Formats: sequence, C-alpha cells, structure tokens
Amino acid sequence: MADEPVNKTDDVPEMDEMVEEHATSEPETPVTDDPVVAAALGEIPGVLVTEHDQASSDATYHQAIVPSESWVDAVVAAKDAGFTFFIDLYAADHFREAPRFEVGINLLNRRERRRLILRTRVPYDAPTLPTVSHIFAGANFYEREAFDLLGVEFTGHPDLTRILLPDEWEGHPLRKDHAVGAIPVEFKAGSVDL
Amino acid sequence: MAGISSEPGFLLTTVEKGVNWARTRSMWPASFGLACCAIEMMGTGAAHNDLARFGMEVFRASPRQADLMIVAGRVSQKMAPVLRQVYDQMAEPKWVLSMGACASTGGMFNNYALVQGVDEVVPVDMYVPGCPPGPQSLMHGILSLHQLIMDGEIRNSTGVL
Amino acid sequence: MSDTTDLTADVPAEEVEEASVSVAEERRAAHDVWVSGTEERMPFATGTDEGAQEMLPSDIDPALAIQEGIEVDDDYVDEDDDHDFGDRQIINMGPQHPSTHGVLRLQMELEGETVVRVKPIIGYLHTGMEKTAETLNYAQGATNVTRMDYLSPFHNELAYSLTVEQLLGIDVPPRANAIRVLMTELNRVSSHLLWAATQGMDIGALSMMIYGWRERETCLDFFEKTTGLRMNHNYIRVGGVAADLPDGWRDDVASLITTVSRGVDEYEQLLNENPIFLDRTMGVGVITPKEVEQFGITGPMARASGVNWDLRKEMPYCGIDQYEFDVPLGKYGDVHDRYEVRIAEIRESLKIVEQVMDSMPSGDYRTEDRKVTPPPRKRIDESMEALIHHFKLFTEGIAVPPGTAYQAVEGPRGEIGCMMISKGGSRPWRMHWRAPSFAAVQALPVMMTDSLVADVVASLASADPVLGDVDR
Ligand code: SF4
Repeated sequence: MADEPVNKTDDVPEMDEMVEEHATSEPETPVTDDPVVAAALGEIPGVLVTEHDQASSDATYHQAIVPSESWVDAVVAAKDAGFTFFIDLYAADHFREAPRFEVGINLLNRRERRRLILRTRVPYDAPTLPTVSHIFAGANFYEREAFDLLGVEFTGHPDLTRILLPDEWEGHPLRKDHAVGAIPVEFKAGSVDL
Repeated sequence: MAGISSEPGFLLTTVEKGVNWARTRSMWPASFGLACCAIEMMGTGAAHNDLARFGMEVFRASPRQADLMIVAGRVSQKMAPVLRQVYDQMAEPKWVLSMGACASTGGMFNNYALVQGVDEVVPVDMYVPGCPPGPQSLMHGILSLHQLIMDGEIRNSTGVL
Repeated sequence: MSDTTDLTADVPAEEVEEASVSVAEERRAAHDVWVSGTEERMPFATGTDEGAQEMLPSDIDPALAIQEGIEVDDDYVDEDDDHDFGDRQIINMGPQHPSTHGVLRLQMELEGETVVRVKPIIGYLHTGMEKTAETLNYAQGATNVTRMDYLSPFHNELAYSLTVEQLLGIDVPPRANAIRVLMTELNRVSSHLLWAATQGMDIGALSMMIYGWRERETCLDFFEKTTGLRMNHNYIRVGGVAADLPDGWRDDVASLITTVSRGVDEYEQLLNENPIFLDRTMGVGVITPKEVEQFGITGPMARASGVNWDLRKEMPYCGIDQYEFDVPLGKYGDVHDRYEVRIAEIRESLKIVEQVMDSMPSGDYRTEDRKVTPPPRKRIDESMEALIHHFKLFTEGIAVPPGTAYQAVEGPRGEIGCMMISKGGSRPWRMHWRAPSFAAVQALPVMMTDSLVADVVASLASADPVLGDVDR
C-alpha cells in the first residue's frame, strides 16, 4: 500500500489561463421587493439581492452579493436593521474564477422571520477580509474555521489560528487545488484510486 | 479449566490457564469514545445489552486502571498522538480493540484528516467490522478477544513474558 | 406567544431568578472581553500547544520515556514564560475525559475552585467530511452527512436532502413528507433521551444513564426495523425516503409512545424534586438572550433562555406546520431550564408523532421524477426506458443545476443547516454545514467563566455538544 497521498490535481493547467470573470454586481439599487431586506441593504452600493424558495416549504430567504469593500458596512447595516441573530459564516473556493474565494454570512431577523445570506468574493492573491467578530462574537470560531480550511484571512481578528487541524499543519485542505489526501484502496483484483 | 481430579477438594490447572482466566473475567475497558461508534459502545454497557455480564461494565476514565482500549470511532490526525499517549499510559497487560470501519481502516472517509486505520498508531488485537457495529457485534468481538487470550500465552504487548 | 408554555410557572422561583440574573449581570463585562478578544490577551493563550504533539523531544521514544518516568507530559503551559500566575493554575480537561461528551478539550484557568477562563479546543474529531462530500455524488452524499451529528442522523439527512431538492426545484409526495416528520421527531426523542441519560450521569444521577438508554433502545429498535440500521441510517434521501414504513409500524410506534412517556414520567419523579439535582442545575451556566443571538445558539439552549425561535414554527418545512405542538420556553437560561425544555420537547415530539400516525397519507414514499429516483426493480425488466434511467442514475448520478442554496432544519441541538454550492454536474462543488454544536461549544466560556469547577461539567452536559458535529 502506497503511503503517499495521490494528488489528483497535479495536472491542472495554470490558473490564469482559465479565469472567467465573475460578475459581482450590476444594478444601482437592491432589486428586491422585500421591505425588510431593502431597509437593511438600501444604503450599500452595488448589492445584488435575490430571493430563493425553500424546498418543501413556503418560506423564502434572501441572498445578497455585496462587494468586498462594503463587507463590514453591509453586516453592520443588516444588524442595525434587525438581522441580529448570527447563524453561520462560511467560505468557499471558486477555483478558476476570479475573484476566487467566497465568504458568506448567514443572519436571521427574528421579528420579521427573514433569513439573509450576505456573500462576497475576495481574490486569490489577497484573500483578506475585515473581521466581523467584533460585530458578532460568534463569528470568531467560524472565521478561524474559514482560515483553517480555506486560507481566507480576516484582518483584525483577535486570534486567527488553526482551529480544526493541528497547529503545524501545512496547507488549506478545502481549497480545490489541495488533494483529497486519499490513499489508494487495494482490492483483490487491483487498486482503485480515489 | 482443565484437569479436575477425582479427589474432591483439588483443582489442578496450569499457571498459564489460571492467569489467562483471571485476565479475561474482569477486563476493564478504558473509555475511549470518539464518534458514532462510541454511542454504540455506551449502548453495549447500558441497560439492554449489559456488558456487566462479562465483568466489563466498569469503563475506566483513567487509562492506568484499564486493560482494554476500545477505539470506538474515527481517529483524526490531531487525535492520533493523544491516542498513542493514552495507550502508553495503560498498564500491562493491555489489549486494543478497534471498533468499526473507521477505526479499522478509515472507513468511508479516505481523506486528509483521518488516520487510515488505528493500527498505524497502536497494535490492534481485534477488529470489529460495522458502521457502527451493533452491541451484539461488539460483544462478539470482545468474547472473541477473551477466547484469544484464553488460548494464548502469558505475554505483555511487547511479547515479553 | 400564545402557542408556548411557560415552563417555569411552577418553579420555586424567587431565589433562582435573583441569583441567576445577578450572576449573569456580573459576568457580562468579563465575557465580552474574553470572547471578542479586543483586550490584551493573557499569557496562557500564547503558551498553548494544540494537539499535544510536542510534549517530548523527538529523539526520545515517547512510550519508553513515559514508562521509565523520564518525561512527564505537561504540554499546555510554556514554563519559560515569566508571567506570575500567582494562585492560578491551568487545568486541562480532555480530549480523553469521561464527561467531555466526545473529544472536546477544555483548557481552564483556575483560581482555587473558581474558573477564571475557559478555552475550548476542538478539532480532535475533524473528519474532513466537507472535502469528502465533494468527491461523492448527490445520491451518495446522504451516507456521508448522516455520520456528522451522529445523534440526529435523520436531521442531517433531511437538511441535506432539502438543500439538494431546493437546487433541483422538486417537491416530494405528501407521504414522504409525513414519514420524514415522523422519523425526525422520533429522532429528536431519542437524542433528548440520550441527553437526559448523560446529563444525569455527569451530575451524579447515575441511574439516569441506565433509564435513559432503556427508553432510547425502543426508539432504536423502531429505527432498525424501518431503516435497517440503529444509527447512521441513510434513510431520508433526495426525492423522498429510501423505503416505506414496515408493516405494523403503527403498533410499534404506539407502544413506543407509551414506553417513552412512561419513562419520561419516571425521570421527572426521579429528578424534579431531587435536592442535589436542583442545587446543581439551578442558576448554573446562565446564557442571556443577547448572548444567544451573538453566538448563534439555537435549539433548546436558546429556548431555555427565552428566545422563542423554532424553525418548525418560524420557517416550517415538510408540512410540519399542519401538526399541533407547543414550543416550550425557559425563563432563566440556566441548566435547569434546559432540562425542563428538553423534557417538554420530548412530550411535544411524541404529540407530533401521534398526529402523524393518525393522518399518514397514502401514496408514494418518493418522488416519481426519474431523474432523481431510480425506477423500481420490476420495471427494469419490462421497460427499456427504466433501464436507461437506472443506468444513468447510477453511473452519472443526479444532475443538479448550478446555484447556491441553504436550507436548515430544527435538529435536537438547534439549527442544522446545509449550505451547498453547485456548479452543475453530479457532485457538490462545496458543502458547508452550519452545526449547532459548533456554536454551543464556542459559547461554553460564557457559561463557565466565574463558575465553580464542579459546575463546568453540568454546563457542558447541558449544552449537549456532539463533537462529530462540531469538528465535521
Ligand atoms: S465506523 Fe461508522 S459508526 Fe463508527 S465512527 Fe466510523 S462512521 Fe461512525
């Protein structure tokens, strides 16, 4: 059994060649009929709001794409407009797109029963975003997780260290150019690479 | 037990058999629950399945008091040193039972985060398959381990007598 | 809030309220500093060594060294640090500790018997599930996620299936929805029973362990009969559920309801007036509603603090709004309220189960959409088209259009949410889980700071963290 992880993404072509432009925002004002969400994000320039239906449910929720410069402003504005319940913060890697990393925050407005997911993008060469852990204390661990697994750095974060992986770990495993790290499985009739 | 004589009042056996018998009758497991399998391990010790029938209900928190480490669940790269340390702290004689697919082979999580089989870290005496193995499987594994000890020699884990 | 019961109406309240409120007031300032970290950090945070890997010089065989007594493992304090700790000491609890509910590690700074600071250290069960999910297709994905929060596998599967269904834009038949509600509510019961067992054990009511498991087994028996497995069922799948309910399920569920309600009555007899239990739970581990919102604590913990938020009521899914049930609320936000809320939730869930039993619609248990559900085995012999669908489904998997979707369900520990980014094709591009235990673990310092060491275990158990969910 080979010990080395099989790196499947070794032969991926250079990133720059395949970059597709990712449209962040077009319209001037939030395109939403929802007064609560509009009240939250009306002041933020370049926001794109979409409404989504949930499955097997009448409830809907909103996603808003915000420019990374307005990230903290948008979060603060949402909080002031009643989205005070912090639920989630995540990051994702859109490999071969620019800007490459996505960060999103999931907030609830308890009184109006609204869910709002703010999403933004940061580029590969400067994957930094100002922290929101002073706005929502709960964002602290989530930002550490995003840093640990995807390498997005949150400036101003009080303790940006690895959280799930050991301290001396190298790399950010949830990036798309990081191998799954599987070892080949041996069966009687040969081996299967994952 | 072997060799009961016709004279009443005598019991003859070899030292080896006597020692092995004693070892199997009250084998205390260290509580080393890691993931889903740990829940089934607790279930084995609880009401319905009652591991106490085999003198094993005392899950010891301190590895120094335990004879058997049931590795119940997936072992991450971060946990592996801790696991090894707990194993080292256990007093001889000691045994390791690897419970479930994850502990035995990494299971369905063939990725960067998991140790692909706890036998890379500690020597394993018995593997119990399943995901999770039900209490019956675990008990079967434990009883097989008892049988293994009964049939074996008096040795510690490094093979020294 | 007409649909809620006030649990604390008959709790002997005066002292409790006074105590908990003042404690909470006092501690607020300290917590704000500690959790947001804006103040100067104390030295022990820098002197830590997560992972305990560096406890020995690498050229010594660790096993030998420890056995021969050359080395004592003392991996958390940097001794060279010339900070004067005074009376303070640092105690490490876990990752292998009987009452840490898994492999959580708590680093506590103590002054005498008082906890000055707590730092939860997690990651000892990091399984890389989010990465593995990217290599599994949508049909296989449920197998992966069900192992995440292993005490509420049905809720994980449900959140996953709903998210994929949202991306696909499909609806499932009414019977599938009813089965989903039935199974998830029974799962809530079994999870809360396990919680009652471990909480009891952790604060010294050892018989609770036996009793809780006794009733839980009856739930597991029904799960096994329905899904084939006692845990990690992979039963709720995209497009419906894997199989119909077994014959005679009504009798099984009816007898389950009787057994469990009888058991719950027994727990209440055992605990409700037990002075030790009351002393150890009342006014301990308080969380205020504001802290609940800040940390994203959901589920019974939030409701025990009086935050009336239950996704089953606020954003109902799977037609759960057609059943009558109450959302129990607490008043003081302490360990005792969490106990009351969870016990009441068991009863409410059983109420839902009863209604599902009475109103179970007939029909399909999974959608007829052949792009999602494989055709029945019999059809494959008869129809070429069925064969093609079957082949396509199992070689290519379900094709999901690009998009980003989030959907959450109310799990036993709070909001279990799945954030899924699809770029088309048969595998998720990125799957992120919103884990309720993760938020609860993060809030542990809030509950534990300035409490006694003995209360740490009570607070921890009342948060009911599942480490598989925290670390994923
Ligand atoms: S073998 Fe299965 S049940 Fe056991 S820890 Fe692994 S995933 Fe969980």
